[in-house]
Amino acid sequence: MNIKDLDREEYFLPGNASCPGCPASLGLRLLGKAVGNKAVLVVPAGCTTVIQGPYPLTFSKLPLLNIAFAASAATASGISAAFEVKAKDIPVIVYAGDGGTADIGLQALSGAAERNENVTYICYDNEAYQNTGIQRSSSTPYGAWTTTTIKGKREHKKDVPKILAAHNIPYVATASIAYPLDFIEKVRKSLKLKGLKYIHLHSPCPTGWRFPSEKTVEVGRLAVLTGAWILYEIENGVFKLTGPSKSLLEKGSRKPVEEYLKVQGRFQNLTDAMIDEIRNEIEEKWEEIWKIVRS
Amino acid sequence: MIQVLTGNHSVAYAALLSDVEVVSAYPITPQTQIVEKIAEFVETGKLRAKYVRVESEHSAMAVCIGASSAGARTFTATSSHGLLYMSEMVYWASAARLPIVMPVVCRTLGPPWNIWNEHTDIMLVRDYGWIQFFAESNQEVLDTIIQAYRIAEDERVLLPVMVGLDAFTLSHTSEPVDVPEIESVRKFLPPRSNAPYVLDPSAPITFGNLTYPSHHMELKFMHHRAMEEAKHVVAEVDSEWSKVFGRSYGLLDQFMCDDAEVIILTIGSSAGDAKEAASLLRRKGVAAGVLRIRLLNPFPSHELSQILSNVKAVAVVDRNLSPGNGGIILEKVKSSLYNLKNRPFIKGYIAGLGGRDITVEDYIKIFEKTIDSFRKGDSGSEWLNLNLEAISS
Amino acid sequence: MKRVAAISFPSKGAAGKTGTWRIWKPVIERQKCVRCLICWIYCPEGTILRREDDSIEIDYEYCKGCGICANECPTKAITMTEE
Repeated sequence: MNIKDLDREEYFLPGNASCPGCPASLGLRLLGKAVGNKAVLVVPAGCTTVIQGPYPLTFSKLPLLNIAFAASAATASGISAAFEVKAKDIPVIVYAGDGGTADIGLQALSGAAERNENVTYICYDNEAYQNTGIQRSSSTPYGAWTTTTIKGKREHKKDVPKILAAHNIPYVATASIAYPLDFIEKVRKSLKLKGLKYIHLHSPCPTGWRFPSEKTVEVGRLAVLTGAWILYEIENGVFKLTGPSKSLLEKGSRKPVEEYLKVQGRFQNLTDAMIDEIRNEIEEKWEEIWKIVRS
Repeated sequence: MIQVLTGNHSVAYAALLSDVEVVSAYPITPQTQIVEKIAEFVETGKLRAKYVRVESEHSAMAVCIGASSAGARTFTATSSHGLLYMSEMVYWASAARLPIVMPVVCRTLGPPWNIWNEHTDIMLVRDYGWIQFFAESNQEVLDTIIQAYRIAEDERVLLPVMVGLDAFTLSHTSEPVDVPEIESVRKFLPPRSNAPYVLDPSAPITFGNLTYPSHHMELKFMHHRAMEEAKHVVAEVDSEWSKVFGRSYGLLDQFMCDDAEVIILTIGSSAGDAKEAASLLRRKGVAAGVLRIRLLNPFPSHELSQILSNVKAVAVVDRNLSPGNGGIILEKVKSSLYNLKNRPFIKGYIAGLGGRDITVEDYIKIFEKTIDSFRKGDSGSEWLNLNLEAISS
Repeated sequence: MKRVAAISFPSKGAAGKTGTWRIWKPVIERQKCVRCLICWIYCPEGTILRREDDSIEIDYEYCKGCGICANECPTKAITMTEE
């Protein structure tokens, strides 16, 4: 797949309310390129709620159902059920933030996964409750500043894709807005499968992570090249690295994590011990992957 | 065809006859037989619906909202804590103007845990924008649920409907129920139309995005107007039902009210015992009557004040409690009667909380106490059969 | 379509003329542009318009001036200029 093969049409119109450099907005634009407009979106409370712009206008050329914070996976299950009864072959896609997925939305998501509902669930992970003003979520990484973790988050990031994989759904993947073709391929693959498909989209947020708006893609790229964010997919239980992550199994091939951390204001007050902790966490994750890939 | 059915099974048959398309199911005592019977209908192919076994009541209502937004006729059922747990989504369903129908088997709220009959649960969500009915018999339960879909889906209404029934005294009690033929029901209740909007890629719209104060009030006014309009549609639909199926309920059920001097006003199956008490008192020359409110929301204030303006004394029996404020129906009745030139004497009774029985003798006692209080001019409210010594160690 | 609830219709500029948000404006140096479309794919707004011949044009009415296009352009054909 090539950038040039992508659809010229924009399914999410400009003049929306997102911050300059917003990854959630970019993610949706890429979703439009992947899907076209023959799909229905479910959006729980979060940045995307506001990005749409106010009533009576919207930036979405796809039908979009806004819903309460905890309810996106269940609401999507309901839409999917209705389409099944009415024999309508229309994909149902959730576009939810990390708060609405890893925290308040996790129960409904787990339920939908256990029932293997025919829904594609995309979590755009900007690693905090960004829409309400940068408060920490369980998806905020260790050490990050947020308005509720002023000295840096003590807990480690909740591994939501791993939780979803444990539900044995047909497809789990991670993606990044810095690697659009990888994301688009994963969305398209999901739409060809039946059941719950989960894509976790890394979304570096200039406003919440404290970096200049032009670096959104650069930060996303550094996350992957330092190994802090790993691109992979698990299709019917088979794990596979994708994109640049494929060549990062060797420790030496990964850039030092400091390169990723130093561009972000939210990591400015890390102690050496905290940086060591972060580095160790990354190395442990890659060791786990080594074991999976080798077996 | 007459079948002997419990209240819960009457609900299930009503859902079957209404051709519901998506059912979300979460169990809670004393509603479990509803979801079990419907599961049987679906799994034996009697009901062609998608049955979603959700993981919580909040998700049960969310599934209904999603399915209804996509154009399906949806159904769920709950009680007590389930209703309160899903309550965020209950409000959502109404403000989103979705024609969902949900029976509520009314059960006490804890702590402490209690599975028995009380109406506080359905009363607490009175202001959540749902049309609310409360049934006296299993026949009425079945009939009302089918009527509810007609009302909800009416273009003038587009609001969700709750049908309340008493825990155990209706839900688990068998009564003869005339189950109509599905063809007759289908004529009365056609498939749901897509008006005025559904989720459809060919006509893309966004539902419910951020709305500024400059626009919101008008939307709320339309919401409010639809609820006001609903009262007329309720009466219309009931009238049509009567023509087809020979049974009519109205907004209010009046028992010997025409020439009554003292009336017990209440809701639900317990009204049956009140009616028995009224009959017994009539034989003693007391002009007793019973007024059962069937349509709880929007509250039939106008109809109520017309009936009660000719009555000397009213005893409002609340099987619910707003702590510190008293009975919720009492409050509504008093505000309905405010503008009347000739207001009746009103006495409130809190009875039957936590599932405690209200017997025929209790209702006779209520009539007599009310008459006595009327003569003394001693209004207010009291708790029936309270025995505080029973809980002191 | 009868509007009984909060139903919104798709439109450009749902949040207004977001071009007025800009402090820095992306300016294209045509001779440096190799039509790789990397700026086009990374623009979060969809305000980089892709012409038939794959050359690009910026919709200044809505461009917020985030600078991602300039940052990502491999030939540095886009410069952020003060508005």
